[in-house]
Amino acid sequence: MTAEFWNGTMAAAAAAKQARVQVNAAYPITPQTHTVEYLSRFVNDGELDARLCKVESEHSALSACAGAAAVGARAFTASCSQGLALMSEVMYFTSGMRFPVVMAVANRTLSVPVNIWADHQDTLVNRDAGWIQIYTQTVQEIYDLILLAFRIAEHEDVCLPALVAYDGFILSHASEPVHPLDQAAVDAFLPPPGSADRPLLDPARPLQFGEVLFPDWYPDFELKKHRALADSLGTIRKAFEEFEAASGRRYAPVDAFATDGAEMVIVGLGSMMKTARHTAEKLREDGVRVGTAALRVFRPFPAEDLLEAVGGCRTVLVLDRDIGYGTGGMVYPDVTRILYHEDHRPDVLNFIVGTGGKDITPATIERCVELARGGYRGRVEFWPDARGAEEGVPYTEEPAAP
Amino acid sequence: MKIKEVDREEYLSLGNLACAGCPETLGFRHVLKALGPNTIVINQTGCLAVVMQMAVPKVPHFHVLFENSAAVISGIDDALRVRGKREGVNLLVVAGDGGTADIGLSALSGAIERNQDFIYVCFDNESYMNTGGQRSGTTPFCARTSTTPVGKVIRGEDRVPSLRKDMLEIVAAHHIPYAASTSIAYPLDLIERVRKAAAVRGPSYIHCHSPCPTGWGIDTSEVVNAARTAVQAGVVILYEVEAGVRRRTKRVAKRKPIEEYLRFQARYRHVLDDPEALARIQKDVDERYEAITAALA
Ligand SMILES: Cc1ncc(C[n+]2csc(CCOP(=O)(O)OP(=O)(O)O)c2C)c(N)n1
Ligand code: SF4
Repeated sequence: MTAEFWNGTMAAAAAAKQARVQVNAAYPITPQTHTVEYLSRFVNDGELDARLCKVESEHSALSACAGAAAVGARAFTASCSQGLALMSEVMYFTSGMRFPVVMAVANRTLSVPVNIWADHQDTLVNRDAGWIQIYTQTVQEIYDLILLAFRIAEHEDVCLPALVAYDGFILSHASEPVHPLDQAAVDAFLPPPGSADRPLLDPARPLQFGEVLFPDWYPDFELKKHRALADSLGTIRKAFEEFEAASGRRYAPVDAFATDGAEMVIVGLGSMMKTARHTAEKLREDGVRVGTAALRVFRPFPAEDLLEAVGGCRTVLVLDRDIGYGTGGMVYPDVTRILYHEDHRPDVLNFIVGTGGKDITPATIERCVELARGGYRGRVEFWPDARGAEEGVPYTEEPAAP
Repeated sequence: MKIKEVDREEYLSLGNLACAGCPETLGFRHVLKALGPNTIVINQTGCLAVVMQMAVPKVPHFHVLFENSAAVISGIDDALRVRGKREGVNLLVVAGDGGTADIGLSALSGAIERNQDFIYVCFDNESYMNTGGQRSGTTPFCARTSTTPVGKVIRGEDRVPSLRKDMLEIVAAHHIPYAASTSIAYPLDLIERVRKAAAVRGPSYIHCHSPCPTGWGIDTSEVVNAARTAVQAGVVILYEVEAGVRRRTKRVAKRKPIEEYLRFQARYRHVLDDPEALARIQKDVDERYEAITAALA
């Protein structure tokens, strides 16, 4: 197929359409709204044979998707920020029920202060809701990984919901050339919707769903759910390989660049990792051996892949576009956890950057590298783009330089 | 309808976790008899969710969250339609008054407004019983609950103005194709209402008055009697709303005084010797009775 010029919300809607979703239930919220609008258009124009469940809240959006999944349909929703926070209860419910719902999230921070711009607070506070979490760096990736998410979530060994996250405005509203698959290729890549063989609500075979589990058996269930998510990494790898065969595009759980022999490796999520890579390329020309490792798959956590990327370096720079108030960035502890038991333990520094949509530019990344090289004397947490931190931007009367 | 027309099949096993004399279990038993085996039951958190843990009905049953049953059933309705499997299946929600009138009201409102095809039965025991008997938006004036105790200063539910949420009228305001009130005291009426609801395309709502022995302090042998007296006293008015037309479904020849209903219930013990409170309750009942009666065809 020829290239399209799509923004992120359109790429998400197009992928859902080509996946032949059967029930689509979503509620408007900036910057995700256009996905709902595009899907409404596809259905009203007769291009997509689906039901639009025009729900009155995000809580109901995901609940309706869960209901659709309970009778075997392919269900899709989209949300972010306040909407995702409202959905949180249903996210745990959906994963506990092992419903393979797919959700596109145009990352946006959580109010207050009111702010509609990108950071990963909304998906990261739900990182332990039992969902597969995939983070994207380009519009092409949004399209590809939503198709992949259906394939992975519905796989009989997985049966878990999956969300594909992309940075609000930075990717949702930026148009890039995208190479979609043609419909026949998508149909060959994904099983027909509603064909998954799993227990369903059906009067012909009455089953009880959502019942109580007493303490004696609870750990057994939790272990199964945990293992299912952890082990889904194998299915994810296989799906990536199959997708490469179908599209020619290669994905890995960790998108590593120049990590071999690197002195420093920058780790993080989302579109800022493209900026980090671009900056690393530049720094390498100046002889600073910087590599990058973007966590494309964040849940399940790709420990092995990340260890391979960062295990040999001297300093790991974890960029968190989020903040776990009162402790630190939310990606950081996952990175330190995997390194703690290694013989060679690099220093791991945490940079809180780009919250509430503050631009992450090459200068931001350079500043992080500079701080990492400057002798941090036991400090691990840095706020290079905040006023009020010693390492941050100064308070000034003058308007900030463009 | 005649009693011999009632389905003899039992869809709810006996010996379940409900309290002795549970009105919700009684009502639910009859709802299932009205609908038969081709039914999917969605059940919101509340007493019935606990009851059904062990009472495995012979129909698929999905206990969802406390406030999302109307949304889950919307997804089921849509999915079955897309998959060409919607015909011949009753989609039933059973929920308490807390899950319906309070926390789940927005989901219910949305599902009705979207014209989803489902039957929603609310068992109104006028309190949050699953969590031990706290007040809800349908708790009546003066009633004692664990969050409206009879104290030295405030005695029972003290909302101003005194009337509780009128779910049937709230639902009717959505232009719902069919809605009705019923009571566990009148199983044939309940069955008839549910059957009528099932015959409707689109949403239907049944509000079932369910006096709860545990929460209200009624002797288990008097539960049905209390429910019947509520109707006879005009506290509960049985009527249906079909395409906007209100029709009475149970006539009351001469209304009993309110004391006859209240005296069954420990939750009203403190008002029986309080003429002012009694007069207020009676006045509310009279006014509402007249208002609804005036609107009935
Ligand atoms: C979001 C949420 N809030 C609170 C609860 C706790 N909770 C469970 S059932 C219930 C009350 C149920 O009352 P009602 O709907 O009237 O049903 P009943 O138990 O009286 O049949 C409450 C408060 C919950 N499960 N979920
Ligand atoms: S508390 Fe009331 S409604 Fe709940 S199970 Fe007991 S009798 Fe039934």
